[in-house]
Amino acid sequence: MSIALRFNIQRDAFTLNIDTVIPENGVTAIFGPSGSGKTTLLRAIAGLEYTEDGYLKVGDILWQDNKTFLPTHQRKVGYVFQEPSLFSHLTVAANINYGLKRSKSPTSQDGLQQALDLLGIEHLLERMPWQLSGGEQQRVAIARALATNPSMLLLDEPLAALGDEQKAAILPYLESVYKTLDIPVLYVSHSRNEVARLANHCLLLDTGELKACGPISELFTALDLPLARQANAESIIEALMSSYDEKYGLATLVFSGGQFSVASKPLPLNANVRLQVLARDVSITLKQQINTSILNIIPVTIDQMVKENNAQMTVRLIADGTVLLCKISCKSVDDLQLKPGDKVFAQVKTAAILI
Amino acid sequence: MILSEQDLTALWVTIKLASVSTLVLLIIGTPIAWWLSRSQWRFKFIIEAIIALPLILPPTVLGFYLLISLGPNGPIGGLVNLLGGAPLAFTFTGLVIGSVFYSMPFVVQPLQNAFTSIGSRPLEVAATLRASPLDRFFTIVVPMAKPGFITASVLGFAHTLGEFGVVLMIGGNIPGSTQVASIAIYDHVEALEYGQAHWLAGSLLLLSFLLLVVVYGANRRYTVAQP
Repeated sequence: MSIALRFNIQRDAFTLNIDTVIPENGVTAIFGPSGSGKTTLLRAIAGLEYTEDGYLKVGDILWQDNKTFLPTHQRKVGYVFQEPSLFSHLTVAANINYGLKRSKSPTSQDGLQQALDLLGIEHLLERMPWQLSGGEQQRVAIARALATNPSMLLLDEPLAALGDEQKAAILPYLESVYKTLDIPVLYVSHSRNEVARLANHCLLLDTGELKACGPISELFTALDLPLARQANAESIIEALMSSYDEKYGLATLVFSGGQFSVASKPLPLNANVRLQVLARDVSITLKQQINTSILNIIPVTIDQMVKENNAQMTVRLIADGTVLLCKISCKSVDDLQLKPGDKVFAQVKTAAILI
Repeated sequence: MILSEQDLTALWVTIKLASVSTLVLLIIGTPIAWWLSRSQWRFKFIIEAIIALPLILPPTVLGFYLLISLGPNGPIGGLVNLLGGAPLAFTFTGLVIGSVFYSMPFVVQPLQNAFTSIGSRPLEVAATLRASPLDRFFTIVVPMAKPGFITASVLGFAHTLGEFGVVLMIGGNIPGSTQVASIAIYDHVEALEYGQAHWLAGSLLLLSFLLLVVVYGANRRYTVAQP
């Protein structure tokens, strides 16, 4: 079920102007700095932000156009707000039931049980919201949203109000929920790490304008977008677990264009993993090095090069469809006489498994 | 019998008047308070000022205008006359109308505060959980504003109990129909019947005190329950 949307929202000193189609499945991150209109976009989709000039079609159901404006309670959304927003006068169970009994097509008993298990909240059902930690409240809020069996899940920085420890504790729950859902998930975030871990697609917003959209592996490595130009630029690689070396604790992960050995705990064979490679951990060599401590060396082609300042350059490398970013000094570029189209070797010092 | 039959009747009329007025006030005051708590209208403050007027207006002034408008030539009385009803001045119904105006701020203000403090977030959450506007009001706003409703009811009731000036102006002093306790006390004192005035005054004092204990007790319970 794809989501076609066009919104033009004017607020005091702020304009949101967006026209795009959100893919049917997977997690789409709405990413951008504070004040870029991320929350406004999410609220407009839920019908919480009234817009005269807007268009929203979910699957083949029209939610909004010039003549129609479906009120929020008739839109099949699951919404999780930034701060925990459980009803303070109801128990956890009654909070979850609130949407369940009002939904025309609520989730099945099995589906609900699965959500309770995935989120680990079954033991909290009899408690009142104020007896729960912030992280627990957000997990309940997610279960409450899922209980209505929504056509899409909208999350507005659900981790923003939590401390680092609670954040780390809730992320695995979110990942397992996303993996089991087959509805679009829209996830507002200004944390690049969360996006790298959780999202498949990304809408990049800045001051109310859509700057770019696409798979995150592309958006993170496009040299005409700010993400690839930051000092902590990274590449995201989807890989498959092919073998595991017990002796050295190394997993061999295969992707289009090569394979990496990455230190990891044992992983199931053929598991999908997402690798994060920081651009500053990648270097370039003209001939394949032997007698080096670096394990991961793959042949690549130089695609594009951008000078950041007098000292540093960002280089975009391609290995059979897989993109690697690399930050090297301008001096090295001159010494090695690197130019786009050159076939070189990328040496990757470390790659981290995100999920 | 310590309280005379007429005193008991006056006490009964008082309690009946306070109960009916409180009920009417809750029915009228709830939508007004809700509107005041949500509206973005720039001249909202004018309505707020009108509702608060009885707080500072001498009851005789309010009573005087009510007497005029309830009378056969006044706007309310004229309308009732036109519809074939009996004149409202010097009747129990007239007293209820007067009390509703007189005690309005004591009901609307606590409700408005309670509604405002709920904020819009719980209602937005309920909307995303498929609750219609009316459903949201009864399942979210009413339970969350419960302390506000208790305060509003008790203050509205207690304030009507103590009504004197307005009743005197529009109700006359007809025993059994418009004579309320506060006026009966005044009559006793005028007739130098201090003993009977004592009993009636004591009854009102006790009743008012008990009501306020209920309000403060209820509010304390709610604040203790949700730290």
